[in-house]
Formats: sequence, structure tokens, C-alpha cells
Amino acid sequence: MKLITAIIKPFKLDEVREALSTLGVQGMTVTEVKGYGRQKGHTEIYRGAEYAVSFLPKLKIEVALKAEAVDAAVEAIIASAKTGQIGDGKIFITPLERVVRIRTGEMDADAL
Amino acid sequence: MRFPYSKKMGFRTVAGLATLLAMGGPAFAAAPPPDPLNAGDTAWMITSSALVLLMTIPGLALFYAGMVRKKNVLATMAQSFAATGIITVLWMIIGYSIAFTNNSDKNLQQFIGSFDYFMLGKMTLKSINPLAGTIPESVYMFFQMTFAIITPALIAGALADRMKFSAFMWFMSLWLLFIYCPIAHWVWGNGWLGTLGALDYAGGTVVHLNAGTAGLVTALVLGKRVGLGTDNMAPHNLVLSVIGASLLWVGWFGFNAGSATTAGYNAGMAAAATQIATAAASMSWMIVEWFVGKKPSVLGMISGAVAGLVAITPASGFVNAQGALWIGLAAGAVCYFSSVWVKRWIGYDDALDCWGVHGVGGALGAMLTGVFASNAINSSAKGWLIDGNPGQLLIQFYDVAAVFVYCGIGTFIILKAIDMVIGLRVSRDVEVEGLDINLHGETVHD
Repeated sequence: MKLITAIIKPFKLDEVREALSTLGVQGMTVTEVKGYGRQKGHTEIYRGAEYAVSFLPKLKIEVALKAEAVDAAVEAIIASAKTGQIGDGKIFITPLERVVRIRTGEMDADAL
Repeated sequence: MRFPYSKKMGFRTVAGLATLLAMGGPAFAAAPPPDPLNAGDTAWMITSSALVLLMTIPGLALFYAGMVRKKNVLATMAQSFAATGIITVLWMIIGYSIAFTNNSDKNLQQFIGSFDYFMLGKMTLKSINPLAGTIPESVYMFFQMTFAIITPALIAGALADRMKFSAFMWFMSLWLLFIYCPIAHWVWGNGWLGTLGALDYAGGTVVHLNAGTAGLVTALVLGKRVGLGTDNMAPHNLVLSVIGASLLWVGWFGFNAGSATTAGYNAGMAAAATQIATAAASMSWMIVEWFVGKKPSVLGMISGAVAGLVAITPASGFVNAQGALWIGLAAGAVCYFSSVWVKRWIGYDDALDCWGVHGVGGALGAMLTGVFASNAINSSAKGWLIDGNPGQLLIQFYDVAAVFVYCGIGTFIILKAIDMVIGLRVSRDVEVEGLDINLHGETVHD
């Protein structure tokens, strides 16, 4: 099992969710985060006082999947989250040791 | 005989009082003297008082709160709210008395009123202050109270993010009694500036230059905020500031048009002048910023509006519509430069531009009042441009200079005194962590 962590632009959330839904992905966790990479921040000016804001708002999506489903999911995320502009984000894939459904106690494949 | 306060009274009032005096002969068995009370005036003045109170709570409270960082938002609002509380009580106890009553000693009367109205003991149901002869004294006292509340509350703009609450409360109290009340008496309470002929309809010098000067001194005495120039001190929520500025704009009709103390021609013209000047100033600040800074900001357009409100304040009951327009256009541009350029150049930390907008705007408005005042609008005034009276400019300058000097020195002394006894500024750790949690034990949750 793998955990896909994707940092995307906030307005792309609905598209990404729909794309993953089509693949049969049942759930995800979304967090509001701040970050930067190659996309620089912007400058705000308040009555002459300038503030360089380097952190930009992003969304972090976490999805737990069977290993076989990862490639299709990654392609779906790329297709739906991409704009072609700097700042589209990144995807991290990490191994998942164990997954448990709290309500029933089901584990691993049954819990995904 | 010069009526120093006739600018606030109007002919109806003078006629009413003259009738009262004429009837001072032996009492008939028949009619009691006519009640000088005017229902329209009274209704308008009660409304005006409420409008001016709205300017402080929540107008000023929101205006400032939106501009500070989130960790200090509650503390900033607390300053406006608590100022309202303490000043109301002090005004009732002694403030009104020393500002708006007459001292029996002719020389002292130039500078301060009397203690006769201690605890408002002499304010009966039907007593009337001759300064506003057609409304109950209770209403006049309340109206002037709302001015006394907002003036020191404005200073909070300069000391934002770094003053102890206890020191703040002492500062509000001492500043009211030793700075505001005397100056109000000088200009409006039959004191020396009003007698000299200074024109300040609703408080360009008494309120705004006064608070602005105190703000400048306070910013210099307190010192710069920790992290100025390096930390992100961007306004945490300008939505609050827009709401606050809008409440200030609407409430200001009570401030300016209410200073007529009657509901009639003067109030009407003052209201029109206020609207015209404010909008013009908002647009002129916006346009200057658009050219200089490349984008018209929301903070800029609301700051311009406030600058216009400040500048038209002394002029509102003396100028016609064209004068109001010029004053507004000038105020927006001038206050932009004083708030943005001069502050950067000199380097004092007037956090929310108390001096840049209220100080400079008030002084500018006071001088322009001398330029644009029109005898056709207010018979107690003669301005330079329309009436050919350049001498008025000199009188206006005396007003500006007197307020600046007295307030500047007095504020410095008060601050130093408080600093010696309890200390003015919060500790560095408190300032970095935030005032809300440290001074009030509260925080705003998301």
C-alpha cells in the first residue's frame, strides 16, 4: 500500500477530486498549507509599507491506495491539477505500513 | 459685542434668548416664559450624539483593529471600548465642567472653565447651556462627551501593538483632563482662541490636530515596534477596516452637521460639505497612489476618505460646496504624502498614521478653513478667498500653533509621568507573542 501526498493549487481541488473519483478512489484528506518552490511570492503594499510574502497558499491531498492503483492515480492527478504555470505542485509517494478502519477494525486492503 | 459662540447658535437661538431677557420684568399671574426648547434641534442633537458615539464604537475600533496583526486585534478594540467607558465617567464627574462652563475669574476663563458642574450636580432636567440654547443641557453635555471620547481614542493609532493596558487607561484619563478639556474650552467654551476668532466648526484642531500631535509624541516616546522593517506587519483583515471607515463616514454627519447644534440651514450645508469633501479626498488619495504606487489600494481609498473627513471637520459649517471640494481634493493628496513618504523619510513608527492623517489633515483643514470660509454661509466667519479677509489665516495659524505646542509638551509630560510610575511599554516577549493573550487573556479563534 502506498500513501500519495500531492501539493496542488487550491482552485484545482474539485477537478482532482473528480478525476480520482472516476478511478474509484473512495476517500482523501485535504489540508490547507503554505509553501513555495520555484513560484515566488508576491509583494503587498500598505500605505507605503512593503511586505514580501514568499509563502503561497496550497492544498495538500493525501490518498491511501493499493500499490497497483498508484500509477493511474498519479496520472489522473497530474492531468487534473496541471495548469502549465510555475507553482502547479508536486506529488510524493511513500510506503504505508498498515491501514485500519476505525469503525470496524478492518485492516490493510479491506480498509482501503 | 462679539459672540464667540454664535457660529454654533444661529439666529433663532439668539432671538429666543433675547425674548427671554426681555421678559425679565414683573411676573404676570398669566403665562410663564416660553420654553426655549426646540424639538427639531433636540431630536437632531440626540441623533448626532449617537452617530458620533458610533464613530468610536465600533467605527474606530474596527478601522484600527483590521489594520493590526491578528494577535493584537482584541487589544486594539479594547482600547476604543475602554476609552469610551473611562472617558464617559470622567466627563460626567469633571470633564464637562472644566470644558464648557464659565470660570468666574475673567482671566482664568480664557484657559479653563469652572468646577461648578462637578458630578453634573447643576444639570437639572431643564437646564440649558447658552452655547446651545435650544436643546437640553443633558443633550449638549452628551454630544460634547462623544467628542471627548473619540479624541483620545484616536491616539491609539500611534501606540498600537506595544502599550500596556494599564498605562493606556491612565493616559486616556490624564490626557482628557489636562489636554482635551482645556483646549476644548479655549476654542469652544468661551476661551481665548474662540474669542480671538479662530474658526473650528467641529474640531479640526480641538480633535484631530490635537490627537494627531499626541500620536506623534507618543510614537516617538514609545519607540518603534519590535520587528519593524523585517517582520510581516500587514493588516490582518482589511474587511474590518472598510466597515470601520464606512461607519466613521456615516457617523461623521453627527460630528459635523451636529456641531450646528440646531437642525436647519447650517446643519444641512455642513452635511453636504462633509460628503463632498470626503468623497473627493478618497478619490484624490486613490489617484495619487495609482500613479505613484501603480495600484489603487483599498486601504488607500478608505484612508483618503478619513483624511477628507478630518480636513473638512473645521470647515464644515463655514464653506460652500466648492470650498468643500477643494479641501477634499487637497486632503487626500497631502495626507498620502504625509502618511507614506514623510513617515518613511523621518522614520517614526506612527503605526496607524494618527499624525499622518489626523494631525496633518487637521492642520491643513484648519488653514484651508481660513481660505474658504464664507460669510454668506456662516455670518460669524470671514474668509480670505471669498470675503477678502487674509487676517483669518493668521488667526487659524495661532489656533494650530497653540494646540500643537500645548498638546505636544503636555502629552510628553503625561507619558513620562506614567512611564516613571508604571511603565508605558509591554515587555519584548509580550510584544512578540501578542497583546490579546497577554494583556486580556483572550484570543480570536479561527
